[in-house]
Amino acid sequence: MNQVPRDIAAAARTKIRIDGVSMTFDNGVTALSQVNLELAENSFTCLLGPSGCGKSTLLGMIAGFVQPTAGRVLVEGAQVSGASADRGVVFQEYALFPWRTAIGNVEFGPLMRRLPRAQRRSIALNYLALVGLAGHESKYPSELSGGMKQRVAIARAFANSPSVLLMDEPFGALDAQTREILQEEMLRIWQHERKTVVFVTHSISESLFLADRIVVMATKPGTIKAVIDVDLPHPRERTEASFIALERKIKHLVREEVDKLGVT
Amino acid sequence: MLDSGRSVAHADDEVPRRRRSVAPRLRLALLRCSSVALFFALWAAFSFANARYLKFFNPVLMPSPLDVLHTGVELVESGELQRDILASLSRVLQGFAIAAFVGVALGMAVGRSRLLENLVDPMLELLRPIPPLAFLPMMVLWFGIGEASKISFIAYAAFFPIFTTTLEGIKYVDPLLLRAAASLGASRRDLFRYVVLPAATPAIITGLRLGFGLSFFVIVAAEFVAADSGLGYLINDARTFFLVSQMLLGAAVIGLIGFGFNRLLRLLEARLLRWRKSAWS
Repeated sequence: MNQVPRDIAAAARTKIRIDGVSMTFDNGVTALSQVNLELAENSFTCLLGPSGCGKSTLLGMIAGFVQPTAGRVLVEGAQVSGASADRGVVFQEYALFPWRTAIGNVEFGPLMRRLPRAQRRSIALNYLALVGLAGHESKYPSELSGGMKQRVAIARAFANSPSVLLMDEPFGALDAQTREILQEEMLRIWQHERKTVVFVTHSISESLFLADRIVVMATKPGTIKAVIDVDLPHPRERTEASFIALERKIKHLVREEVDKLGVT
Repeated sequence: MLDSGRSVAHADDEVPRRRRSVAPRLRLALLRCSSVALFFALWAAFSFANARYLKFFNPVLMPSPLDVLHTGVELVESGELQRDILASLSRVLQGFAIAAFVGVALGMAVGRSRLLENLVDPMLELLRPIPPLAFLPMMVLWFGIGEASKISFIAYAAFFPIFTTTLEGIKYVDPLLLRAAASLGASRRDLFRYVVLPAATPAIITGLRLGFGLSFFVIVAAEFVAADSGLGYLINDARTFFLVSQMLLGAAVIGLIGFGFNRLLRLLEARLLRWRKSAWS
Protein backbone atom coordinates (compact mmCIF):
# COMPACT_ATOMS: atom_id res chain seq x y z
CA MET A 1 0.00 0.00 0.00
CA ASN A 2 2.88 2.32 0.79
CA GLN A 3 4.27 1.72 -2.67
CA VAL A 4 1.38 3.33 -4.48
CA PRO A 5 1.64 7.00 -3.50
CA ARG A 6 5.38 7.02 -4.26
CA ASP A 7 4.72 5.62 -7.73
CA ILE A 8 2.13 8.25 -8.40
CA ALA A 9 4.48 10.94 -7.15
CA ALA A 10 7.19 9.67 -9.51
CA ALA A 11 4.83 9.51 -12.45
CA ALA A 12 3.57 13.00 -11.77
CA ARG A 13 6.99 14.71 -11.88
CA THR A 14 6.36 17.88 -13.86
CA LYS A 15 8.31 18.11 -17.11
CA ILE A 16 6.67 21.10 -18.77
CA ARG A 17 4.99 23.98 -16.99
CA ILE A 18 2.97 26.59 -18.78
CA ASP A 19 2.62 29.50 -16.45
CA GLY A 20 0.05 32.22 -17.19
CA VAL A 21 0.91 32.31 -20.88
CA SER A 22 -0.76 34.81 -23.21
CA MET A 23 -0.05 35.59 -26.80
CA THR A 24 -1.21 38.73 -28.57
CA PHE A 25 -0.07 39.25 -32.14
CA ASP A 26 1.01 42.57 -33.60
CA ASN A 27 -2.38 42.95 -35.29
CA GLY A 28 -4.10 42.89 -31.90
CA VAL A 29 -5.49 39.36 -32.15
CA THR A 30 -5.19 37.43 -28.90
CA ALA A 31 -4.36 33.82 -29.73
CA LEU A 32 -3.90 32.64 -26.16
CA SER A 33 -5.05 34.12 -22.90
CA GLN A 34 -3.81 33.13 -19.44
CA VAL A 35 -3.07 29.48 -20.11
CA ASN A 36 -1.84 27.36 -17.20
CA LEU A 37 -0.89 23.74 -17.68
CA GLU A 38 1.40 21.16 -16.17
CA LEU A 39 2.57 18.16 -18.15
CA ALA A 40 4.02 15.16 -16.35
CA GLU A 41 7.27 13.58 -17.46
CA ASN A 42 6.80 10.86 -20.09
CA SER A 43 3.12 11.64 -20.44
CA PHE A 44 1.28 11.76 -23.75
CA THR A 45 -0.87 14.89 -23.97
CA CYS A 46 -3.09 15.92 -26.84
CA LEU A 47 -4.00 19.54 -27.40
CA LEU A 48 -7.41 19.35 -29.02
CA GLY A 49 -9.52 22.10 -30.47
CA PRO A 50 -10.85 23.73 -33.63
CA SER A 51 -8.51 25.72 -35.82
CA GLY A 52 -7.76 29.11 -34.38
CA CYS A 53 -7.77 28.03 -30.73
CA GLY A 54 -4.05 28.67 -30.42
CA LYS A 55 -3.01 25.04 -29.95
CA SER A 56 -0.25 25.26 -32.54
CA THR A 57 0.91 28.57 -31.09
CA LEU A 58 1.17 26.93 -27.68
CA LEU A 59 3.20 24.08 -29.19
CA GLY A 60 5.45 26.60 -30.93
CA MET A 61 6.09 28.24 -27.57
CA ILE A 62 7.15 24.97 -25.97
CA ALA A 63 9.41 24.40 -28.98
CA GLY A 64 10.89 27.86 -28.51
CA PHE A 65 9.92 29.16 -31.97
CA VAL A 66 7.72 31.92 -30.54
CA GLN A 67 7.89 33.79 -27.26
CA PRO A 68 4.71 34.46 -25.27
CA THR A 69 3.76 38.11 -24.78
CA ALA A 70 3.02 37.31 -21.13
CA GLY A 71 3.81 34.39 -18.84
CA ARG A 72 6.50 31.74 -19.12
CA VAL A 73 7.03 28.26 -20.46
CA LEU A 74 9.29 26.12 -18.28
CA VAL A 75 10.85 22.83 -19.28
CA GLU A 76 12.63 21.02 -16.44
CA GLY A 77 12.24 24.24 -14.47
CA ALA A 78 14.19 26.32 -17.00
CA GLN A 79 12.51 29.01 -19.05
CA VAL A 80 12.33 28.28 -22.77
CA SER A 81 13.99 31.00 -24.82
CA GLY A 82 14.73 29.22 -28.11
CA ALA A 83 14.74 25.93 -29.95
CA SER A 84 16.77 23.11 -28.48
CA ALA A 85 17.81 19.61 -29.47
CA ASP A 86 16.15 18.35 -26.28
CA ARG A 87 12.74 19.27 -27.72
CA GLY A 88 12.17 17.45 -30.99
CA VAL A 89 9.46 18.65 -33.36
CA VAL A 90 7.41 16.81 -35.99
CA PHE A 91 5.55 19.11 -38.37
CA GLN A 92 2.39 18.51 -40.37
CA GLU A 93 4.27 19.52 -43.53
CA TYR A 94 7.08 17.01 -42.71
CA ALA A 95 9.79 19.70 -43.06
CA LEU A 96 12.29 17.19 -44.44
CA PHE A 97 15.42 18.58 -46.07
CA PRO A 98 14.71 17.86 -49.75
CA TRP A 99 18.42 17.71 -50.66
CA ARG A 100 19.09 14.99 -48.13
CA THR A 101 18.13 11.35 -48.53
CA ALA A 102 15.95 9.62 -45.95
CA ILE A 103 19.00 8.51 -44.01
CA GLY A 104 20.62 11.92 -44.48
CA ASN A 105 17.60 13.51 -42.83
CA VAL A 106 17.64 11.12 -39.90
CA GLU A 107 21.39 11.70 -39.50
CA PHE A 108 20.91 15.45 -39.21
CA GLY A 109 20.57 15.58 -35.41
CA PRO A 110 23.59 13.33 -34.79
CA LEU A 111 25.50 15.45 -37.34
CA MET A 112 24.71 18.57 -35.32
CA ARG A 113 26.09 16.77 -32.27
CA ARG A 114 29.24 16.13 -34.32
CA LEU A 115 29.08 12.37 -33.85
CA PRO A 116 31.48 10.38 -36.03
CA ARG A 117 30.14 9.26 -39.36
CA ALA A 118 29.88 5.56 -38.59
CA GLN A 119 27.94 6.24 -35.41
CA ARG A 120 25.55 8.59 -37.22
CA ARG A 121 24.90 5.95 -39.83
CA SER A 122 24.16 3.24 -37.34
CA ILE A 123 21.82 5.45 -35.31
CA ALA A 124 19.95 6.52 -38.44
CA LEU A 125 19.69 2.99 -39.82
CA ASN A 126 18.34 1.84 -36.50
CA TYR A 127 15.59 4.47 -36.38
CA LEU A 128 14.67 4.11 -40.03
CA ALA A 129 14.16 0.40 -39.40
CA LEU A 130 12.11 1.24 -36.30
CA VAL A 131 9.65 3.25 -38.41
CA GLY A 132 9.54 0.51 -41.05
CA LEU A 133 11.66 2.19 -43.72
CA ALA A 134 14.53 -0.28 -43.97
CA GLY A 135 15.48 -0.43 -47.66
CA HIS A 136 14.40 3.14 -48.38
CA GLU A 137 17.48 4.81 -46.86
CA SER A 138 18.85 6.36 -50.03
CA LYS A 139 15.59 7.78 -51.37
CA TYR A 140 15.04 11.51 -51.51
CA PRO A 141 11.91 12.98 -49.90
CA SER A 142 10.50 13.72 -53.36
CA GLU A 143 10.49 9.98 -54.00
CA LEU A 144 8.52 9.13 -50.84
CA SER A 145 4.79 9.12 -50.17
CA GLY A 146 3.28 11.39 -47.51
CA GLY A 147 3.13 8.57 -44.97
CA MET A 148 6.74 7.60 -45.63
CA LYS A 149 7.87 11.22 -45.33
CA GLN A 150 6.23 11.48 -41.94
CA ARG A 151 7.90 8.22 -40.89
CA VAL A 152 11.25 9.75 -41.81
CA ALA A 153 10.36 12.89 -39.83
CA ILE A 154 9.45 10.78 -36.78
CA ALA A 155 12.66 8.77 -37.11
CA ARG A 156 14.61 12.03 -37.41
CA ALA A 157 13.06 13.37 -34.22
CA PHE A 158 13.65 10.15 -32.25
CA ALA A 159 17.22 9.72 -33.54
CA ASN A 160 18.19 12.86 -31.67
CA SER A 161 16.91 11.37 -28.37
CA PRO A 162 15.03 14.43 -27.15
CA SER A 163 13.22 14.13 -23.83
CA VAL A 164 10.29 16.12 -25.21
CA LEU A 165 8.58 15.41 -28.51
CA LEU A 166 6.27 18.05 -29.97
CA MET A 167 3.98 17.01 -32.79
CA ASP A 168 1.97 19.59 -34.70
CA GLU A 169 -0.93 17.81 -36.43
CA PRO A 170 1.61 15.33 -37.77
CA PHE A 171 -0.94 13.08 -39.46
CA GLY A 172 -3.28 15.84 -40.62
CA ALA A 173 -2.26 15.66 -44.26
CA LEU A 174 -2.48 11.87 -44.55
CA ASP A 175 -5.33 9.68 -45.76
CA ALA A 176 -7.48 7.91 -43.15
CA GLN A 177 -5.82 4.49 -43.45
CA THR A 178 -2.25 5.76 -43.34
CA ARG A 179 -3.23 7.95 -40.46
CA GLU A 180 -4.48 5.06 -38.31
CA ILE A 181 -1.44 2.95 -39.11
CA LEU A 182 0.90 5.78 -38.13
CA GLN A 183 -1.03 6.36 -34.89
CA GLU A 184 -0.43 2.74 -33.95
CA GLU A 185 3.23 2.94 -34.93
CA MET A 186 3.66 6.13 -32.97
CA LEU A 187 2.28 4.47 -29.84
CA ARG A 188 4.47 1.43 -30.36
CA ILE A 189 7.61 3.56 -30.68
CA TRP A 190 6.65 5.77 -27.76
CA GLN A 191 6.07 2.77 -25.51
CA HIS A 192 9.50 1.56 -26.58
CA GLU A 193 11.17 4.93 -25.96
CA ARG A 194 9.30 7.04 -23.45
CA LYS A 195 9.25 10.78 -23.96
CA THR A 196 7.03 13.61 -22.89
CA VAL A 197 4.82 13.99 -25.94
CA VAL A 198 2.66 16.99 -26.76
CA PHE A 199 0.50 16.22 -29.76
CA VAL A 200 -1.67 18.83 -31.47
CA THR A 201 -4.72 17.57 -33.34
CA HIS A 202 -8.27 18.50 -34.19
CA SER A 203 -9.33 14.86 -34.43
CA ILE A 204 -11.17 13.65 -31.32
CA SER A 205 -10.76 10.02 -32.28
CA GLU A 206 -7.00 10.50 -32.75
CA SER A 207 -6.58 12.17 -29.38
CA LEU A 208 -8.61 9.43 -27.65
CA PHE A 209 -6.60 6.72 -29.33
CA LEU A 210 -3.24 8.18 -28.31
CA ALA A 211 -3.34 10.35 -25.23
CA ASP A 212 -3.16 9.95 -21.47
CA ARG A 213 -4.63 13.38 -21.18
CA ILE A 214 -6.63 15.48 -23.55
CA VAL A 215 -6.55 19.24 -23.17
CA VAL A 216 -9.65 20.65 -24.86
CA MET A 217 -9.08 24.24 -25.89
CA ALA A 218 -11.58 27.04 -26.25
CA THR A 219 -11.41 29.69 -28.95
CA LYS A 220 -11.54 33.47 -29.03
CA PRO A 221 -9.36 33.84 -27.15
CA GLY A 222 -7.55 30.50 -26.77
CA THR A 223 -7.94 29.15 -23.26
CA ILE A 224 -8.16 25.73 -21.69
CA LYS A 225 -11.74 24.54 -21.62
CA ALA A 226 -11.33 21.12 -20.06
CA VAL A 227 -8.66 18.59 -19.17
CA ILE A 228 -9.73 15.00 -19.59
CA ASP A 229 -7.72 12.08 -18.28
CA VAL A 230 -8.06 9.06 -20.51
CA ASP A 231 -7.46 5.89 -18.56
CA LEU A 232 -8.52 3.39 -21.19
CA PRO A 233 -5.93 0.62 -21.50
CA HIS A 234 -3.81 0.30 -24.66
CA PRO A 235 -4.35 -0.89 -27.32
CA ARG A 236 -7.58 1.05 -27.53
CA GLU A 237 -10.46 -0.11 -29.63
CA ARG A 238 -12.38 2.66 -31.35
CA THR A 239 -15.57 0.60 -31.39
CA GLU A 240 -15.65 -0.10 -27.65
CA ALA A 241 -18.47 1.44 -25.59
CA SER A 242 -16.13 3.28 -23.19
CA PHE A 243 -14.23 4.80 -26.11
CA ILE A 244 -17.42 5.94 -27.79
CA ALA A 245 -18.84 7.39 -24.57
CA LEU A 246 -15.74 9.53 -24.05
CA GLU A 247 -15.75 10.49 -27.68
CA ARG A 248 -19.32 11.74 -27.41
CA LYS A 249 -18.51 13.76 -24.31
CA ILE A 250 -15.52 15.46 -25.95
CA LYS A 251 -17.43 16.02 -29.16
CA HIS A 252 -19.90 18.08 -27.18
CA LEU A 253 -17.16 20.22 -25.69
CA VAL A 254 -15.50 20.82 -29.05
CA ARG A 255 -18.79 21.47 -30.78
CA GLU A 256 -19.57 24.34 -28.45
CA GLU A 257 -16.32 25.95 -29.52
CA VAL A 258 -16.89 25.39 -33.21
CA ASP A 259 -20.36 26.93 -32.90
CA LYS A 260 -18.82 29.93 -31.21
CA LEU A 261 -16.82 30.57 -34.37
CA GLY A 262 -20.01 30.87 -36.41
CA VAL A 263 -20.29 29.78 -40.02
CA THR A 264 -17.06 28.19 -41.19
CA MET B 1 22.64 -10.52 -54.19
CA LEU B 2 19.18 -9.60 -53.06
CA ASP B 3 19.59 -6.18 -54.51
CA SER B 4 20.63 -7.32 -57.95
CA GLY B 5 17.72 -9.77 -57.96
CA ARG B 6 15.37 -6.93 -57.29
CA SER B 7 16.82 -4.70 -59.98
CA VAL B 8 16.43 -7.48 -62.53
CA ALA B 9 12.77 -7.85 -61.61
CA HIS B 10 12.47 -4.10 -61.84
CA ALA B 11 13.99 -4.03 -65.31
CA ASP B 12 11.54 -6.74 -66.40
CA ASP B 13 8.66 -4.59 -65.28
CA GLU B 14 9.99 -1.70 -67.27
CA VAL B 15 10.38 -3.50 -70.59
CA PRO B 16 6.90 -3.02 -72.03
CA ARG B 17 6.79 0.62 -71.06
CA ARG B 18 10.21 1.31 -72.48
CA ARG B 19 9.45 -0.47 -75.74
CA ARG B 20 6.42 1.69 -76.21
CA SER B 21 8.34 4.88 -75.49
CA VAL B 22 11.32 4.30 -77.81
CA ALA B 23 9.50 4.96 -81.07
CA PRO B 24 8.02 8.35 -80.10
CA ARG B 25 11.34 9.46 -78.67
CA LEU B 26 13.16 8.50 -81.86
CA ARG B 27 10.55 10.27 -83.93
CA LEU B 28 10.95 13.37 -81.79
CA ALA B 29 14.73 13.31 -82.26
CA LEU B 30 14.32 12.93 -86.03
CA LEU B 31 11.85 15.79 -86.13
CA ARG B 32 14.22 18.04 -84.22
CA CYS B 33 17.14 17.10 -86.48
CA SER B 34 15.10 17.79 -89.58
CA SER B 35 14.32 21.24 -88.21
CA VAL B 36 18.04 22.00 -88.28
CA ALA B 37 18.38 20.40 -91.72
CA LEU B 38 15.47 22.45 -93.02
CA PHE B 39 17.15 25.63 -91.84
CA PHE B 40 20.31 24.87 -93.79
CA ALA B 41 18.32 23.76 -96.83
CA LEU B 42 16.34 27.01 -96.89
CA TRP B 43 19.50 29.02 -96.46
CA ALA B 44 21.29 27.13 -99.25
CA ALA B 45 18.26 27.42 -101.55
CA PHE B 46 17.92 31.13 -100.96
CA SER B 47 21.61 31.80 -101.47
CA PHE B 48 21.54 29.74 -104.71
CA ALA B 49 18.38 31.43 -106.00
CA ASN B 50 19.79 34.84 -105.14
CA ALA B 51 23.01 34.24 -107.02
CA ARG B 52 21.32 32.76 -110.11
CA TYR B 53 17.94 34.46 -110.55
CA LEU B 54 16.77 36.89 -107.93
CA LYS B 55 19.82 39.12 -107.51
CA PHE B 56 18.40 40.70 -104.36
CA PHE B 57 21.91 41.20 -103.06
CA ASN B 58 25.31 41.07 -104.56
CA PRO B 59 26.05 37.30 -104.33
CA VAL B 60 29.16 38.14 -102.29
CA LEU B 61 26.86 39.34 -99.51
CA MET B 62 24.78 36.12 -99.44
CA PRO B 63 27.15 33.15 -99.17
CA SER B 64 25.84 29.59 -98.94
CA PRO B 65 26.41 27.29 -95.95
CA LEU B 66 29.11 25.55 -97.96
CA ASP B 67 30.96 28.84 -98.51
CA VAL B 68 30.91 29.43 -94.76
CA LEU B 69 32.22 25.94 -94.10
CA HIS B 70 34.95 26.52 -96.67
CA THR B 71 35.97 29.74 -94.94
CA GLY B 72 36.02 27.85 -91.65
CA VAL B 73 38.42 25.24 -93.02
CA GLU B 74 40.70 27.96 -94.35
CA LEU B 75 40.75 29.82 -91.07
CA VAL B 76 41.49 26.64 -89.14
CA GLU B 77 44.34 25.83 -91.50
CA SER B 78 45.85 29.27 -91.02
CA GLY B 79 45.39 28.88 -87.23
CA GLU B 80 43.45 32.11 -87.01
CA LEU B 81 40.16 30.61 -85.86
CA GLN B 82 41.74 28.66 -82.99
CA ARG B 83 43.55 31.79 -81.85
CA ASP B 84 40.33 33.82 -81.84
CA ILE B 85 38.30 31.13 -80.06
CA LEU B 86 40.98 30.85 -77.41
CA ALA B 87 41.16 34.62 -76.96
CA SER B 88 37.38 34.97 -76.54
CA LEU B 89 37.06 31.93 -74.27
CA SER B 90 39.84 33.04 -71.99
CA ARG B 91 38.23 36.48 -71.59
CA VAL B 92 34.80 34.98 -70.95
CA LEU B 93 36.12 32.49 -68.41
CA GLN B 94 38.15 35.09 -66.52
CA GLY B 95 35.36 37.66 -66.49
CA PHE B 96 32.79 35.07 -65.53
CA ALA B 97 34.98 33.69 -62.74
CA ILE B 98 35.29 37.15 -61.20
CA ALA B 99 31.54 37.74 -61.53
CA ALA B 100 30.74 34.36 -60.02
CA PHE B 101 33.01 34.88 -57.05
CA VAL B 102 31.92 38.44 -56.29
CA GLY B 103 28.24 37.82 -57.11
CA VAL B 104 27.87 34.72 -54.96
CA ALA B 105 29.89 36.10 -52.05
CA LEU B 106 28.12 39.45 -52.03
CA GLY B 107 24.70 37.84 -52.57
CA MET B 108 25.27 35.61 -49.54
CA ALA B 109 26.48 38.45 -47.35
CA VAL B 110 23.63 40.73 -48.35
CA GLY B 111 21.07 37.93 -48.03
CA ARG B 112 22.09 37.34 -44.42
CA SER B 113 22.15 40.90 -43.22
CA ARG B 114 19.31 43.40 -43.27
CA LEU B 115 21.75 46.25 -42.78
CA LEU B 116 23.91 45.25 -45.74
CA GLU B 117 20.84 44.72 -47.88
CA ASN B 118 19.56 48.23 -47.29
CA LEU B 119 23.04 49.58 -47.83
CA VAL B 120 23.88 47.72 -51.04
CA ASP B 121 20.61 46.92 -52.76
CA PRO B 122 19.44 50.47 -53.65
CA MET B 123 22.83 51.18 -55.17
CA LEU B 124 22.60 48.11 -57.36
CA GLU B 125 18.98 48.84 -58.24
CA LEU B 126 20.26 52.15 -59.56
CA LEU B 127 22.89 50.52 -61.79
CA ARG B 128 20.96 47.43 -62.87
CA PRO B 129 18.63 49.04 -65.46
CA ILE B 130 21.57 50.62 -67.29
CA PRO B 131 22.60 48.28 -70.12
CA PRO B 132 26.19 47.22 -69.40
CA LEU B 133 27.07 48.19 -72.97
CA ALA B 134 26.61 51.82 -71.97
CA PHE B 135 29.69 51.49 -69.78
CA LEU B 136 31.87 49.81 -72.38
CA PRO B 137 33.44 52.97 -73.84
CA MET B 138 34.24 54.17 -70.32
CA MET B 139 35.85 50.88 -69.42
CA VAL B 140 38.02 51.13 -72.49
CA LEU B 141 39.11 54.59 -71.35
CA TRP B 142 39.77 53.40 -67.81
CA PHE B 143 41.38 50.04 -68.46
CA GLY B 144 42.80 50.55 -71.95
CA ILE B 145 42.30 48.39 -74.99
CA GLY B 146 44.06 45.39 -73.46
CA GLU B 147 42.56 42.38 -71.73
CA ALA B 148 41.61 44.24 -68.56
CA SER B 149 38.82 46.29 -70.13
CA LYS B 150 37.16 43.27 -71.73
CA ILE B 151 37.45 41.05 -68.67
CA SER B 152 36.10 43.71 -66.33
CA PHE B 153 33.26 44.46 -68.74
CA ILE B 154 32.22 40.80 -68.84
CA ALA B 155 32.54 40.57 -65.07
CA TYR B 156 30.32 43.63 -64.64
CA ALA B 157 27.61 42.35 -66.99
CA ALA B 158 27.54 38.82 -65.55
CA PHE B 159 27.58 40.02 -61.95
CA PHE B 160 23.95 41.18 -61.82
CA PRO B 161 22.04 37.96 -62.48
CA ILE B 162 24.43 36.00 -60.26
CA PHE B 163 24.11 38.44 -57.38
CA THR B 164 20.33 38.75 -57.67
CA THR B 165 19.53 35.06 -57.80
CA THR B 166 21.96 34.26 -54.98
CA LEU B 167 20.36 36.95 -52.83
CA GLU B 168 16.85 35.67 -53.53
CA GLY B 169 17.90 32.08 -52.89
CA ILE B 170 19.45 32.96 -49.54
CA LYS B 171 16.56 35.18 -48.47
CA TYR B 172 13.66 32.91 -49.29
CA VAL B 173 14.67 29.73 -47.51
CA ASP B 174 11.61 27.94 -46.12
CA PRO B 175 11.39 29.06 -42.47
CA LEU B 176 9.94 25.67 -41.57
CA LEU B 177 13.24 24.02 -42.54
CA LEU B 178 15.12 26.48 -40.35
CA ARG B 179 12.84 25.64 -37.43
CA ALA B 180 13.25 21.94 -38.04
CA ALA B 181 17.02 22.29 -38.09
CA ALA B 182 17.07 24.48 -34.98
CA SER B 183 15.03 21.93 -33.04
CA LEU B 184 17.55 19.29 -34.11
CA GLY B 185 20.31 21.28 -32.45
CA ALA B 186 21.67 23.39 -35.33
CA SER B 187 23.61 26.49 -34.32
CA ARG B 188 23.47 29.69 -36.39
CA ARG B 189 26.52 28.61 -38.34
CA ASP B 190 25.05 25.16 -38.87
CA LEU B 191 21.85 26.71 -40.16
CA PHE B 192 23.78 28.58 -42.82
CA ARG B 193 25.99 25.69 -43.85
CA TYR B 194 23.48 22.86 -43.67
CA VAL B 195 20.17 24.55 -44.52
CA VAL B 196 20.49 27.98 -46.14
CA LEU B 197 23.32 27.06 -48.49
CA PRO B 198 21.87 23.82 -49.89
CA ALA B 199 18.41 25.39 -50.10
CA ALA B 200 19.82 28.28 -52.13
CA THR B 201 21.95 26.13 -54.44
CA PRO B 202 19.33 25.76 -57.21
CA ALA B 203 18.91 29.54 -57.35
CA ILE B 204 22.67 30.09 -57.35
CA ILE B 205 23.16 27.63 -60.20
CA THR B 206 20.43 29.34 -62.22
CA GLY B 207 22.20 32.65 -61.65
CA LEU B 208 25.52 31.20 -62.77
CA ARG B 209 23.94 29.85 -65.93
CA LEU B 210 22.32 33.21 -66.71
CA GLY B 211 25.58 35.00 -65.96
CA PHE B 212 27.52 32.70 -68.22
CA GLY B 213 25.08 33.26 -71.06
CA LEU B 214 25.41 36.99 -70.58
CA SER B 215 29.22 36.76 -70.63
CA PHE B 216 29.03 35.27 -74.10
CA PHE B 217 26.47 37.84 -75.07
CA VAL B 218 28.68 40.80 -74.27
CA ILE B 219 32.10 39.48 -75.30
CA VAL B 220 31.35 40.12 -78.96
CA ALA B 221 30.45 43.73 -78.30
CA ALA B 222 33.58 44.20 -76.24
CA GLU B 223 35.73 42.78 -79.03
CA PHE B 224 34.01 44.98 -81.61
CA VAL B 225 35.14 48.09 -79.83
CA ALA B 226 38.77 47.48 -79.22
CA ALA B 227 40.57 44.22 -79.82
CA ASP B 228 43.04 42.53 -82.11
CA SER B 229 41.85 39.00 -81.44
CA GLY B 230 38.71 37.12 -80.52
CA LEU B 231 35.55 36.06 -82.31
CA GLY B 232 34.09 39.56 -82.11
CA TYR B 233 37.25 40.88 -83.72
CA LEU B 234 36.98 38.17 -86.40
CA ILE B 235 33.49 39.41 -87.30
CA ASN B 236 34.34 43.09 -87.16
CA ASP B 237 37.52 42.59 -89.15
CA ALA B 238 35.52 40.70 -91.82
CA ARG B 239 33.08 43.61 -92.02
CA THR B 240 35.87 45.92 -93.07
CA PHE B 241 36.76 43.65 -95.98
CA PHE B 242 33.23 42.55 -96.99
CA LEU B 243 34.02 38.94 -95.99
CA VAL B 244 30.45 37.94 -95.29
CA SER B 245 31.10 34.22 -94.93
CA GLN B 246 33.75 35.00 -92.31
CA MET B 247 31.22 37.10 -90.43
CA LEU B 248 28.69 34.29 -90.54
CA LEU B 249 31.35 31.82 -89.48
CA GLY B 250 32.17 33.93 -86.43
CA ALA B 251 28.52 34.04 -85.45
CA ALA B 252 28.12 30.28 -85.97
CA VAL B 253 31.15 29.47 -83.85
CA ILE B 254 29.88 31.67 -81.03
CA GLY B 255 26.53 29.89 -81.27
CA LEU B 256 28.14 26.47 -81.13
CA ILE B 257 30.36 27.30 -78.18
CA GLY B 258 27.45 28.84 -76.29
CA PHE B 259 25.31 25.81 -76.97
CA GLY B 260 28.06 23.46 -75.84
CA PHE B 261 28.71 25.32 -72.61
CA ASN B 262 25.04 25.56 -71.79
CA ARG B 263 24.77 21.80 -72.23
CA LEU B 264 27.74 21.31 -69.96
CA LEU B 265 26.27 23.54 -67.27
CA ARG B 266 22.93 21.75 -67.50
CA LEU B 267 24.68 18.43 -66.97
CA LEU B 268 26.50 19.83 -63.98
CA GLU B 269 23.22 21.15 -62.63
CA ALA B 270 21.51 17.80 -63.03
CA ARG B 271 24.34 16.13 -61.12
CA LEU B 272 24.42 18.68 -58.31
CA LEU B 273 20.65 18.80 -57.96
CA ARG B 274 19.96 15.10 -58.23
CA TRP B 275 17.43 15.43 -55.42
CA ARG B 276 15.22 17.59 -57.60
CA LYS B 277 15.31 15.38 -60.65
CA SER B 278 12.87 12.79 -59.39
CA ALA B 279 10.33 15.51 -58.71
CA TRP B 280 10.40 16.52 -62.36
CA SER B 281 10.07 13.11 -63.96
